[in-house]
Amino acid sequence: MRISSRLLLLVLLLGATVSAQSPTYHLGRTPTPDEVRAWDIAISPDGHELPPGHGTAKEGKDLFIEKGCVQCHGRNGEGGKAPTLIVMKGMSTAPGRMPGMDMGIQAPGLMAVSAPFATTMWDYINRGMPLGREGSLKPDEVYALTAFLLFRNDVIKSEDEAIDAKTLPKIQMPNLSGYTEHPEWKHATPRLSNYP
Amino acid sequence: MKKPSRRKFLASGAAVAGAAAAAARTTSAQSAAPAATPAAASAAGKKDIKELIAYGERSRFVTSLREAAEGRPSPDAFGLTFHVVTPLGESVGSITPSSLHYVAAHRGFYVPEIDPKEHRLMIHGMVDRPLIFTMDELKRFPSVTRVHFLECIGNRSTARRNTVAQTHGMTSCSEWTGVLLSTLLKEAGVQSGASWIVSEGAEEVKGASSVSLAKAMDDCLVAWGQNGEPVRPQQGFPLRLIVPGFEGIYQTKYLRRVKVVDRYYMTYNDYGHLQKDPRTIALTTQIGPKSVITFPAGGQQLKGPGFYEINGLAWSGGGAVRKVDISTDGGKTWKVAELRTPAYRMAHTRFALPWTWDGKECEILSRCTDDLGTVQPTRAQVAKFWNEPLTPQFNVKGADNTIQVWKIASDGSVHNANFV
Repeated sequence: MRISSRLLLLVLLLGATVSAQSPTYHLGRTPTPDEVRAWDIAISPDGHELPPGHGTAKEGKDLFIEKGCVQCHGRNGEGGKAPTLIVMKGMSTAPGRMPGMDMGIQAPGLMAVSAPFATTMWDYINRGMPLGREGSLKPDEVYALTAFLLFRNDVIKSEDEAIDAKTLPKIQMPNLSGYTEHPEWKHATPRLSNYP
Repeated sequence: MKKPSRRKFLASGAAVAGAAAAAARTTSAQSAAPAATPAAASAAGKKDIKELIAYGERSRFVTSLREAAEGRPSPDAFGLTFHVVTPLGESVGSITPSSLHYVAAHRGFYVPEIDPKEHRLMIHGMVDRPLIFTMDELKRFPSVTRVHFLECIGNRSTARRNTVAQTHGMTSCSEWTGVLLSTLLKEAGVQSGASWIVSEGAEEVKGASSVSLAKAMDDCLVAWGQNGEPVRPQQGFPLRLIVPGFEGIYQTKYLRRVKVVDRYYMTYNDYGHLQKDPRTIALTTQIGPKSVITFPAGGQQLKGPGFYEINGLAWSGGGAVRKVDISTDGGKTWKVAELRTPAYRMAHTRFALPWTWDGKECEILSRCTDDLGTVQPTRAQVAKFWNEPLTPQFNVKGADNTIQVWKIASDGSVHNANFV
């Protein structure tokens, strides 16, 4: 029993070493650093992919109009046809609801401020906005728009203080307590033990 | 008499021309020897013949179509929400025609037009060798072909949903062909300490999901083929990540990038898994064993007492369907159904039970057991698990895999009896 488990471990280690060392098929090519940089838009909660740049809520307020956000989201992020971006005082941020989507149209403010990490907001504005011109915002503009929404939701207090790659991930989001790590997924295992 | 297809009819733009063509066919069908000259071909113009040769269409007498999911106008007022359901009530076998596959999208019914020659897939992050592939290169890898269902987390029976398309139609099943994601990840060399991947699409919003590395290395498929042809645009052409048995949002369409990372990324698409209770997260990720009777089902009509074959679909996100039981007396007694299609892992499996209806009101239901031994629960069992009262309003957390009850009235009409 003991020997066999050691043997198994050895085999597993060997297997892992072999697969880690050399490619089998030699297909594809190495992307250039520029290609990786251009595509690497998913932002970790620790913010390490965030590009250089900075922006203030005051700048974001103007950009919100300039970039056409108001046309869908309403002045100041509420009252438009698109999901409201402002959580009213006393309203639940409803963790787990699809934020800023169909329910967000009726219920206030789900996307912006129920994100447990400010990086999620930055990431989505950067990748998904404005509608029809996605990916057109410059980093400074994304920082400023993120700051504007955080300010309008009372998450940050200053309209003039710039946020950047260092400060954004440190912002304490009000719904951080609504976030739990995923339970570990295992092959061929019922999704939840003791669940009927 | 044959009529021109609706498509040709619209293309010609003239009802008169269509009628003339139809008349010509009738004439030729009457005069020509049936075996010698097929009526349609003899009268059809060159374009028609080309179409007849190139792409077969279903009979105009076959009318099953997708429809908007109940309670969610598609598109909605803002034009972003798009939920259409598969007509399961008319489904046959276990494969959903690609054109009838359900679609659920929150960023519009927008379908990107991607030239596969230009499309690339990048694998990078915590790997020894970041790699970028063309479609041709991906197709040179050893491929696999597997049958898997997809299901939207919103696929659930409600009191207002009375047909099986509406209660269960946000699941569909296809034969997918592609390269295992594990093959690509091994080629890139996953580094120690990695625990998640972020998969990302090439569409306008670059939809991204976090998937556990354990699942990514287990059975995920980078698919370019669906049901014998390239993946359909509404399903992610030219490349879709298939995460077998997981909620629909993980099945990244227009896949362009897989980044290997060391933590959960909490992307916008991960929002459905932003939960306080880890149990709810587990129930929102993998689909439980599930089944539904598609005939007789809500909205259908039995034509009097006599012999019928009850049949339906069963599936599980945990593995293959091992067994399906059917009750025709409201769950008092059960009979084992026959499985009519191979029970593949994480795939729709057709089941059937010969049955003679005595014409009396009754309740019919099915219950799936998967090869992990997990049994599809009732709403009552789930309510008990959460210590909540079983009312019609009781909302099953996560992916709802509870048993569907159909009531057959004495007039043969079939109704959703889940919420009485």
